[in-house]
Amino acid sequence: MTTSITGRSTIDDDPHDADRASTGRLGDRIFGGLATGSGLLVVAIVTLVGVFLLVQAVPSLMNNDANFLLSREWSPSGANPRFGIADLAWGTLVTSVIAMVIAVPLGVAVALFITQYAPRWLSRPAAATVDLLAAVPSIVYGFWGLNIAGQYFEPVAGLLQGALGWVPFLSDQNVSAKSTLAFAGVILAIMILPIVTAISREVFAQVPTTHKEGALALGATKWEMIRVAVLPYGKPGIISAAMLGLGRALGETLAVLILLSTLSPTKEWSFSIFNGGSTFASKIAGGASEFDTPQKTGAYIAAGLVLFVVTFLVNAAARIVIERRKAFSE
Amino acid sequence: MSTAQLDTTTPTTPPGTGSSPTRGLGERSGGRAAKDLLAKVVMWLAFAIAVVPLVWILGSTLVKGGHMLLEAQWWTNSQAGITSRREGGGAVHAIQGTLIQAVVTAVMSVPVGVLTAVYLVEYGRGRLARVVSFMVDILTGIPSIVAALFVYALWVTTFGFQRVAFAVTLALTLLMIPTVVRSTEEMLKLVPNELREASYALGVPKWKTIMKVVVPTAFSGIVTGILLGLARVMGETAPLIILGPYTKVIATDLFGGLMATLPTMINQDRTEALQPALDRVWGASLTLILLVFLLNLLGRFVGRFSKVKS
Amino acid sequence: MKTRRFGQLASLALVGSIALAGCGSDNNSGTGATAGSGSSSAASSASADCFDGTLNAEGSSAQKNAFEEAAASYSEACSGATVNYNPTGSGAGIKQFIAGQVDFAGSDSALKTEEKDGVVETDAAAQTCGSPAWNIPMVTGPIALAYNVPGVDSLTLTPDVAAQIFDGKITKWNDAKIAAINSGVTLPATDIKVFFRSDESGTTENFMKYLSGAAGDAWSYDPAKVWPASGEGKEKSAGVAEGVKSTEGGITYVEWSYAKDNDLGVAKVDNGGGAVELTGESVGKALEAAANDGEGNDLRLKLDYATKEAGAYPILLVTYEIVCSKYKDAATATKVKGFLTHFADPEVQKGLEEIGYAPLPSSIEEKVQTAIAAIS
Repeated sequence: MTTSITGRSTIDDDPHDADRASTGRLGDRIFGGLATGSGLLVVAIVTLVGVFLLVQAVPSLMNNDANFLLSREWSPSGANPRFGIADLAWGTLVTSVIAMVIAVPLGVAVALFITQYAPRWLSRPAAATVDLLAAVPSIVYGFWGLNIAGQYFEPVAGLLQGALGWVPFLSDQNVSAKSTLAFAGVILAIMILPIVTAISREVFAQVPTTHKEGALALGATKWEMIRVAVLPYGKPGIISAAMLGLGRALGETLAVLILLSTLSPTKEWSFSIFNGGSTFASKIAGGASEFDTPQKTGAYIAAGLVLFVVTFLVNAAARIVIERRKAFSE
Repeated sequence: MSTAQLDTTTPTTPPGTGSSPTRGLGERSGGRAAKDLLAKVVMWLAFAIAVVPLVWILGSTLVKGGHMLLEAQWWTNSQAGITSRREGGGAVHAIQGTLIQAVVTAVMSVPVGVLTAVYLVEYGRGRLARVVSFMVDILTGIPSIVAALFVYALWVTTFGFQRVAFAVTLALTLLMIPTVVRSTEEMLKLVPNELREASYALGVPKWKTIMKVVVPTAFSGIVTGILLGLARVMGETAPLIILGPYTKVIATDLFGGLMATLPTMINQDRTEALQPALDRVWGASLTLILLVFLLNLLGRFVGRFSKVKS
Repeated sequence: MKTRRFGQLASLALVGSIALAGCGSDNNSGTGATAGSGSSSAASSASADCFDGTLNAEGSSAQKNAFEEAAASYSEACSGATVNYNPTGSGAGIKQFIAGQVDFAGSDSALKTEEKDGVVETDAAAQTCGSPAWNIPMVTGPIALAYNVPGVDSLTLTPDVAAQIFDGKITKWNDAKIAAINSGVTLPATDIKVFFRSDESGTTENFMKYLSGAAGDAWSYDPAKVWPASGEGKEKSAGVAEGVKSTEGGITYVEWSYAKDNDLGVAKVDNGGGAVELTGESVGKALEAAANDGEGNDLRLKLDYATKEAGAYPILLVTYEIVCSKYKDAATATKVKGFLTHFADPEVQKGLEEIGYAPLPSSIEEKVQTAIAAIS
C-alpha cells in the first residue's frame, strides 16, 4: 500500500489557511460541507441499519417463548411464538467453514499461479478469468448447482459416507447429496474464490523484488522462495482475504436457499455436514413472502440482526488485520 | 525473467543428502527439487480447477439459454399474457427493469460515493475520517439480505409504504456506495500532488481544484469503479425477493406497482416444472450474465484510458 | 479531454440501452405457442363480458396457473382488458385486499371469522368494502400423493398408511402395511424419503386437514401451514416435485399439476370406499359432497375429508376469490363481475383440467354464478 501518496499537500494541512488564500470561500465551504456530509451519511447509514433492525427485532424477541440463541424451533407466529437461531447459526457456520476450507487454499494457490508461475502472456487473462466467476449472479449458481452440478456430488458424498460414515461429521443423514450443507459449501467456495484470489493476488504482486531475489540468490528453489519471501509477506493479506471471503459466504443468500433442504422439526440434532439445514440468509429469503404480521417480520429481522452483527465483526477483524499490515509496511 | 536462470544455475548437491536434517538454503537436493516441481504442478492444477466451474456454468447457460436470445421476440416483448406453461414472449420487461433500477441506483450512489471518497482523500483528518473509512469497510461487507431487511424495516414497516421498485434501488444503493467510495478513493490518491499544488499556486480555490483538476484527472478510473460497482449490484437477487416482486408486464413506474427484473424473472420461472419456463430461466440467466460481463468489459476498457496508473 | 469523452461515451451507452429497451411491447397476442398439454383454445370460445382497463388481484399461489390461463383467455376475448394476478400467497392477498390495494384477493381458505393476530378478517374486509365480503370458490386444486418408486406403476394408500408414511413411522416401501393394501404390486426394499414444503403453504395445511380428518389417531399434529412431521424440506411445489423426481423412493404431497408435469407416479387413495384415482371427475365428486358453511352468496365449503363415497378423491384444496358484495366503485364491480363470470364459465373450468386443476362441478358452478351476478 502506498503511503507516500496520501493526496495531502502541505498547504491543506491547515485548512483555514487554505480557505483564506482561496478566492471562493463560500464555494469551498459548501463543497467541503457536502463531502463531509457524505462521509457522515455513510456513518449514519451503517448506524441506522443496526438501530432499525434492533428496534424492530426487540418486540418480537420480548414475546419469544423460546431461547432465541439456543432454540432450534422456528414458529414465530401465533400467540406463543417460539423461535431460535441455533439451527441457522449451525448451518451458516458449516457452509461458510466448508467454503473457506476449499476456497482459501485454492484461492491462494491460484493467486500464486497468477503472480509467480504463469507465463507472462497468461497472467492477465488468467486473472480476468477468475474475476469472471464473480460476475455470475448468485441465483444462477444455485440453479446450476441444483439442476446440473448437483448430481455429480452424489457419488462423492456416497464415497465419503461409506468410508468415513462413522465420523459424526460425515454420517449419512438421508438427505439428497445436492441439498446438503456440504454441497452448499462447495458452491459457496466457488463464489468466494474470486474475492480470495483477487486480494491475495494484489498482495503477492507487492512483495518487494529484493526479498524474492535475495531468497533466490541464496539458492532457494522457486517454491522455497515463495515460502520464505512471498507467503510471510502476504500473510496479513491472505488473512484479510479469507475474512472478506468469509463475510461474503456468511451472507450469501440465493444459492443456499435454492440448494439446501430444510430440516423437519422432528429431526434429531446432527453434526453431519451431509445434513440439510438453513442459514440466516436462506431462512430470511425463504420467509420473504411471510412477512405478514409484525411479530413474524420481527423474528426474521432478529435473525437478520444477528447476521449483521456477525458480518460486522468479521469485517472489522479483516480491517484490523489490514491496518496492522499497513503499519508494518510503513 | 532472470529469476528462472538464477534458479537453474544454482549449484546442486548430490542426491541423497536431501533427507539430511540440515535445512539451509544453500544446498539443493533431489527432494527439494521434487518439492519445487510438485509446487509448480499444484499451482497449475489449482488454476485449472478454478477454471472448471466457470467454463461449466457458462457452457450450460449458453447451451440451454442461448437459443432464447436468438429470437427477436426475446428483445422486443414482455411476458404479458404468456402463462408459465406456454412458450413465447420475451424478457424486455425484465431487462428494462434491471437497467432502470441500475441507473437509479447509480444516480443515488455515485454522488454520495464520490463525495465520500473526496472527503476521505482531500478533507478527512483525524478520528472522523477513520470512522468514515471504517464504516465504508463495514458497508462493503453488509450482506445484501441485511440491506434488504433494513430497507424493508424502514420503507414498509416504519413508513407503511408498498413494496416498490424504488425501495429496491435504496437497498442496492447501500450495496453500491462502498464500491464507488473505494475505487474513487484509490484513483484520487493516484493523482499527483504536483497537480493540486500547481492549481493552488494559481490561486484556484480548493473546491475548484478538486472539481476541475483532481476529479477530471481521475475521471476514467472513477467511471471504471462505478461500472464495476453496477455490475456487482445488478446480479443481486435477495433485495429483489424481499422488496420487488415480479410482474410479467412492462412497468416503468418506480413508485407504483411492481417492476420486473432479470433476477426475479429467473426466480419466478425456476418454480415451474415445464420446459418453456426452464428455457426462460436459462435465457434470463444468460442475459443477466451478458449484461454484467458487458459492464465489466466496458469498465476495464474505460480504465485503459486512465491518466493515472497504479 | 480524452478521458472525459470515454466516460461520456459510457454513460451514453447506458442511457442508450435503456432507451432501446423502452421500445418493448406487452402485446403477445397470437405469439404464444402451446406447450405440452396446456391449452387455452377451448377457453377462448367461452363468452365474456368485457371491460376496458385493469383489474388487480393478489393472493394464493395455488391458483396461479389457473388464474393466468383464465386471464389470458379473457384478454384474448376482450382486447381492452388486463387482469393482473400477483401470487404472493393467501395471507398477503387478504392483507392487501383489506388494505384496499387490490380489487379482489385469492385465498386457499375462506376469510377467518375468529380473531388471529388481532384481526378478524371477515370484519376487517367488510369494513374496507363497506359491505360484507364474500368468499367465492373458484379453483379446485387436487393434492396428489406423488411418488417415485421405479417399477411401481400403481399404488394405493389409505389415510392411515399415508399418515404413518408422512410421519416417518413407515420407512421402507416394502413395509407390510403398504403391501397389505397393494396386493399384486411388487414393492422394493427402498427407503421412503418424504419431501415437504419448507415454505408456509396452504397445500401443507389442506393435506394435514385431510390426514387429521381421515386418519384419526394415526395423525397427531394440528393442521397448520408449516409442516410439523418428518422428511426433507424443499422450497415451493417445484422444489418438492423436483426432489421426488431426482430421488428414488421419494414421496410428497403436491398440486396435481406438478406431479403431472414431472411425470411422477400419483397414488390412489382409499378412504374405505375403494381405491380412487385422481381425476377431474373424482375430485368434482368430493367437492359436490361438501357442505356450504356460509350464508347466502357467501360460499364457504366444508369439505368432508373422511368421505367414504365411492369414486370421490378426498385430498383437495379450494381457492376462493374474496370479493366485496357491493363495491364502493361501480366500475370495479363491473370489472370483477366480468372476469369472474368468465373464470367460472364451464368452458374455462374444463380447460383447467388439462393443467392439473379440477373443474367446479355443475351444482357448485351454478351457485358461484349466482353469487357473482349478485355483486354490485
